[in-house]
Amino acid sequence: MAADPHDFDVSMATGIGWSSRRLREGLVRRVLMAAALLSVATTIGIVVALAVPTVQFFTRVSPVEFLTGTEWTPLFASPHFGVLPLVTATAVTTFWALLVALPLGLGCAAYLSEYAGRRTRKIFKPLLEILAGVPTVVYGFFALTFLTPLLRDIWILPGKGPQIYNALSAGLVMGIMIIPTVASLSEDAMSAVPDDLRAGARALGSTARQVTTRVTIPAALSGIIAATMLAVSRAVGETMIVAVAAGGTANLSLDPTEPMQTMTAFIAAAALGDQPTGSIGYQTLFAVGSLLFVITLIMNIVSIRLVRRYREVYE
Amino acid sequence: MSDADEPMADPSHELADQDRPAAAEAPPLAGRIPRATGRTVPDAPEEIVINVADVAIYYGSFCAVGGLTVQFGRREITALIGPSGCGKSTALRAFNRMNDLIPGARLTGSVSYRGQDLYGPRVDPITVRRRIGMVFQKPNPFPKSIYDNVAYGPRVTGMKVPNMDDVVEEALTSAALWDEVKDKLRQHAFGLSGGQQQRLCIARTIAVRPDVVLMDEPCSALDPISTAKIEYMMTELADEYTIIIVTHNMQQAARISDRTAFFTTEVDDATGRRSGLMVEFDRTAKIFSTPSDQRTEDYISGKFG
Ligand SMILES: Nc1ncnc2c1ncn2[C@@H]1O[C@H](COP(=O)(O)OP(=O)(O)OP(=O)(O)O)[C@@H](O)[C@H]1O
Ligand SMILES: [Mg+2]
Repeated sequence: MAADPHDFDVSMATGIGWSSRRLREGLVRRVLMAAALLSVATTIGIVVALAVPTVQFFTRVSPVEFLTGTEWTPLFASPHFGVLPLVTATAVTTFWALLVALPLGLGCAAYLSEYAGRRTRKIFKPLLEILAGVPTVVYGFFALTFLTPLLRDIWILPGKGPQIYNALSAGLVMGIMIIPTVASLSEDAMSAVPDDLRAGARALGSTARQVTTRVTIPAALSGIIAATMLAVSRAVGETMIVAVAAGGTANLSLDPTEPMQTMTAFIAAAALGDQPTGSIGYQTLFAVGSLLFVITLIMNIVSIRLVRRYREVYE
Repeated sequence: MSDADEPMADPSHELADQDRPAAAEAPPLAGRIPRATGRTVPDAPEEIVINVADVAIYYGSFCAVGGLTVQFGRREITALIGPSGCGKSTALRAFNRMNDLIPGARLTGSVSYRGQDLYGPRVDPITVRRRIGMVFQKPNPFPKSIYDNVAYGPRVTGMKVPNMDDVVEEALTSAALWDEVKDKLRQHAFGLSGGQQQRLCIARTIAVRPDVVLMDEPCSALDPISTAKIEYMMTELADEYTIIIVTHNMQQAARISDRTAFFTTEVDDATGRRSGLMVEFDRTAKIFSTPSDQRTEDYISGKFG
């Protein structure tokens, strides 16, 4: 028993410094746990803070009117609380944003991961990340003072063309804002696809394009979906660009040349005005906020499901 | 089995770039006669499919392998053996222009495929790879179903197939995998064992009906039973295909190949780096009994004990 090699280890573990090391380890563990708890608690706090005024709101306005009404004039003398115009405005701007961001972002990612040399990639990726850091208010003014006048000048489609405030410019510029997110995350996903697969596909006589579309993109689908969902979340939650460029009037329409107010733009506008605590205007803010929260939550759940479904595990 | 029905100038072997031909006229894969063991190998290949003359391959200015002069005969198995780093994989990749994908890789000398310069100006590497397929050391199935893995090649090459199911079944049968997977063709390829994955990769390669199959240490990641299955399958495939296999396993080379090329490494006096060099090419029986080069003999006897 005396020759048991484990004796050595045991005596080390009970040696000098052991108790102080254990104390330090314990402290680190506690600090980290506190950080984790704090973030969970904050989230719960936000949900509760949203929920209380929202519940109060729904004691005054029926959820059916809120969710199916087509008129949104909560601050008028004879108020209407149909949130649909705000929801469609969010959907319209998001649609145009994705129309720009997905093809360009994916194209950029495919170029960087499949075609560009190492040097190009090294220069491009940080550039993209800088683009992602431009404050959104700058994008908003870009939409209002540059893109809208440009679109009005070159408009050739039937109709009057975009108005001063319109969903189209806001959506398109929002798309530009999101490109780096889509490109960077998709590029990460595509670069993670093992080169073995590319070589295998090339050896079967695939062209570079076929390798990208039939092997790399399907293999990276999970990451590309995650990037897309993050893009959608950012578009739905984006406030500054739509507040500056899309206008401040609730408008139930799918025509992107018209001004319209998104959910976020309403919250920003209403929060800037004086809404006495407990007033219906104050509670409206929270009701729209809760709706936005629920929409984003559902999207996140769907995206986690999708990402799991398409995840490929390489050894 | 008659060779007369497929003349040398078969249009399906045309490599020029305009019309990438689907190899639809290749003979059916099923109903082959297993390769007889202990068959006699003629002194020189009767019909040369790939002729390699005085080839050297460089990565930038570094000569990875030189002195390559080999003739790969139709329906023969040729093994490339030699110590690690002697350029076997590099040489193999030169035979279907996979080296084109490595920046800085270049080649001197001549490689011709059925009388055409493989590196000629009008030759399309995509077409080359459709005629000369490749199986890699590590099984690399696509993250798709078993069926879609096999159907991948025919689909991307636009091969005109009357019935894809038949193509998939034939290829899997030839790769000795059909019985194991016929009930789960729609399942994900990653669910297969390593040996099954490698046979799937072989099925995927022969599904496009290539003329030549290159294999880079196809069994090195596999257990002995999977290896035995693949070896047997290769000898069967050799009734249809010209096979070139890189192997570290000399018993394997001795068991299955008709001819063997032996490579070694030598220190380049100018750069001080180790370059690969092809030393000897002959019938496998001769290489393993009475090699004409001392270096071959040393390597072979050293390895055997
Ligand atoms: N992509 C590359 N770029 C630069 N040098 C390379 C590249 N691939 C291989 N080499 C070099 O070329 C030489 C031959 O390599 P190769 O992989 O062909 O050898 P091998 O005989 O297949 O070795 P192994 O038996 O270990 O697989 C080595 O010195 C290697 O370092
Ligand atoms: Mg190798």
